Amino acid sequence: MYKELSKKILFTIALLISLSAVSWAQDMNALVAKVKAKLDLVNDYTADGRMKTDVAFIKAPIGTVKVFYKKPNRFRLQRNGGISVLPKGGVSINIGNLILTSGFVAIDAGTATIGNVKTRMVKLLPSGDNNEVILSTLYIDEANLLIMKSVTTTRENGTYEMEMSYGKFASYGLPDKVFFSFNAKDYKLPKGITLEFDDTDKAVKDKMKGKKGRVEISYTSYEINKGIADSVFK
Amino acid sequence: MMMQDIVKVDNLSKQFGHLTAVDDLSFSVKSGDVYGFLGQNGAGKSTSIRMLLTLITPTSGHIELFGYDLNTHRKEILQQIGAVIEKPDVYKYLSAYQNLKLFAKLSGVKPTHTLLMDQLEMVGLANRANDTVKTFSQGMKQRLGIAIALVHNPQLIILDEPTNGLDPQGIADIRNLILILSKEQKKTVIVSSHLLNEIEQIASRILIFDKGKKLVEGTAQELFNTAQTILQLDTTNNTQALEFLLQSKWANNLQPMRDGQLIIQLDKSDIPLLNKDLVANNIEVLLLQPRHSLEDYFLQITAGKQHVGTFKN
Amino acid sequence: MWAHLKIELYKIFRRPRTYLAFAAITALIGVIQLGLLVDGKEYTSFVMADFTSSFAVDGKILNGYFICYVILQLLLVHVPLLIALIAADMISGEANMGTLRLLLTKPQSRTAIVTAKFLASVIYTLLLLIWIAVMGLFVSMLIFGTDDLFLMKSSYVVIVKESDVFWRYAGAFCFAALAMLTVTSLAFFLSFFAENSIGPIVATMSIIIVFTILSTMNIPIFNIIKPYLFTSHMITWKEFFDFKVNDANEAIVGSIQYPEKIIRSASILLIHIIGFAGTAILLFRKKDILS
Repeated sequence: MYKELSKKILFTIALLISLSAVSWAQDMNALVAKVKAKLDLVNDYTADGRMKTDVAFIKAPIGTVKVFYKKPNRFRLQRNGGISVLPKGGVSINIGNLILTSGFVAIDAGTATIGNVKTRMVKLLPSGDNNEVILSTLYIDEANLLIMKSVTTTRENGTYEMEMSYGKFASYGLPDKVFFSFNAKDYKLPKGITLEFDDTDKAVKDKMKGKKGRVEISYTSYEINKGIADSVFK
Repeated sequence: MMMQDIVKVDNLSKQFGHLTAVDDLSFSVKSGDVYGFLGQNGAGKSTSIRMLLTLITPTSGHIELFGYDLNTHRKEILQQIGAVIEKPDVYKYLSAYQNLKLFAKLSGVKPTHTLLMDQLEMVGLANRANDTVKTFSQGMKQRLGIAIALVHNPQLIILDEPTNGLDPQGIADIRNLILILSKEQKKTVIVSSHLLNEIEQIASRILIFDKGKKLVEGTAQELFNTAQTILQLDTTNNTQALEFLLQSKWANNLQPMRDGQLIIQLDKSDIPLLNKDLVANNIEVLLLQPRHSLEDYFLQITAGKQHVGTFKN
Repeated sequence: MWAHLKIELYKIFRRPRTYLAFAAITALIGVIQLGLLVDGKEYTSFVMADFTSSFAVDGKILNGYFICYVILQLLLVHVPLLIALIAADMISGEANMGTLRLLLTKPQSRTAIVTAKFLASVIYTLLLLIWIAVMGLFVSMLIFGTDDLFLMKSSYVVIVKESDVFWRYAGAFCFAALAMLTVTSLAFFLSFFAENSIGPIVATMSIIIVFTILSTMNIPIFNIIKPYLFTSHMITWKEFFDFKVNDANEAIVGSIQYPEKIIRSASILLIHIIGFAGTAILLFRKKDILS
């Protein structure tokens, strides 16, 4: 489901970006292009990972996932059994497709420190109205050409935040860990369906309200540029 | 062997709240007796029987069976008793055989197939052994109840109103059974009833209850062979007969009418005289016979005694 | 005692109404399973409607573990009736039938007889629960397979890892046994006072229904008495399906969120069982049998 949605998003981004002919922040565009070039070294990958859903009102076990990517924009997250809960639409926005295409407006938004790394903030503005993505901010480690963090505001699914940490696969621009944060909307169950006597402590309930939700994927291994059949993404 | 007291009851009382069901009752039953409890419904017969069987705890008094205190030797005593209390109720969803087997076990007997079938044979239920009791008539249930009561060959058999709900044949069967148990098997039997003629025919000793108390106790002869008797009179014209009797010397013998019938109490020797008198006065007698109801008997030994006292002097 | 227990069990399992309860459970569970087999997706999407508007749930939610949870949730409310049918009849039914007086004139200790009667109804209750486990858990596992257990609590969602579920069911069924035995002993206790079985059956159900309503209604005045109602503790089996998380909100496999709640409820139920059954047995020793 989120695969389709992400495709739609990407398609829209691509379309709008191609319409935007003028770029008035050349150096920012150059930075983004360099990062992209680095990422372009990766034609495809599969990765095993452990996924943890961290939402205050969701208690879930850690699950194992397998991730498939193929240039330019194909991505799939596959569960290895079990039940997973993910924020709608969000998780497929992976590192590869954040800056996949050119033709957006890149604006220098100063610097920020993510962890111990000094980064350059770049705002990407797709020009146009019918965009799912309204605004995307990238925090780029200029020395290593790595995206440390991104904040994406979508039209329908709220704002997502991704934070990456790198290790062994930094040379390919692939993270060891991705933290995906989002505003978890509170939900209420229709009463009478659960047949529970609602005696959850109020303190516990309050704790569960208004907290940000997080999905954390730790990649244990990557297999890069080994070739993936298209059928995987069907 | 000496005739020993099988049952010895001293000053037994039972109160249910304010109601005194049994009041200071004492009696004893000797080995080999057919002991009759006679009394109207609610007179205390059933309560007394239930106290003998430990179904009801006495408020006060002392019960001894086979020479043992019932309180301290309950199990040993109950092993020697077989009872049918009021209706002979058994498990309706079980067969006669299954019921008998179950209660034989509970009575402390090894329920061999032979024993059980013999027992059912004795009460004439062998051919219905495997039918559920649900399908049985009242009489058949009664016979099964008796088979259960006798399966462990008890010394004392207690039958509470055993003829209730039975047809005349069933009543006769029970009567015969009691006689066989007593005469042939030398068992001691306690039997209760509210019907005088029933008790009269089988009991060697009778205890008459009234309102929880012992009214009298004795052999049938002692109790019923009194000088006076109660007669029921029916004529072709009872109104005329009544008018005549009221003006005659028989006026004092006249009892209140019951069931629309004329009742007269008098010495047995006077019966022919009364009959003659009626005929002489053109009253045609259809019926002149002694009544044998408990009610009449009570009247006789209570009110009757009064009459004897008042008029004989 | 064993001889008496055998006799009482013999009586219970010779009666058609005993099998009625097992048939009713089979039918109820069958209906639930069939319904979820045919239209389970509708059911889950209805229950989860609000949740799925912001989350995508991926995986086999409708698995045997989930089905069993739904079954327990729906069924355990009704099992007391099936229990009362037998337990409330143990003494009163015999009084009504007239067999009680015959039974008690036999050279057997009253305590042994009444204790055997209680134990027989305990065994009946446990067999009923085992049957529910067989039909509700094992048959569901066969039909629907197993996977993680996805549960919507009143204020949060719990996903129990597949490998972490089964022992929770073992615990839940043990707890449910305790809850149902409370019903058994209540029905048995009430059975002592009546001379027909309808009275105590209706009384048992009325008490449970009224208490359950008081337990479920969120009205302050009722909230005060809630902890004292045994019905409030009967559903604590659900606590087995909630686990602790560590500071990083990671599930701790094999843990229970509120073990103290389970211990507390179990103790309260146990006290009820001992209270009801003990009182019935004590009173029965001196009871005047007038039926």
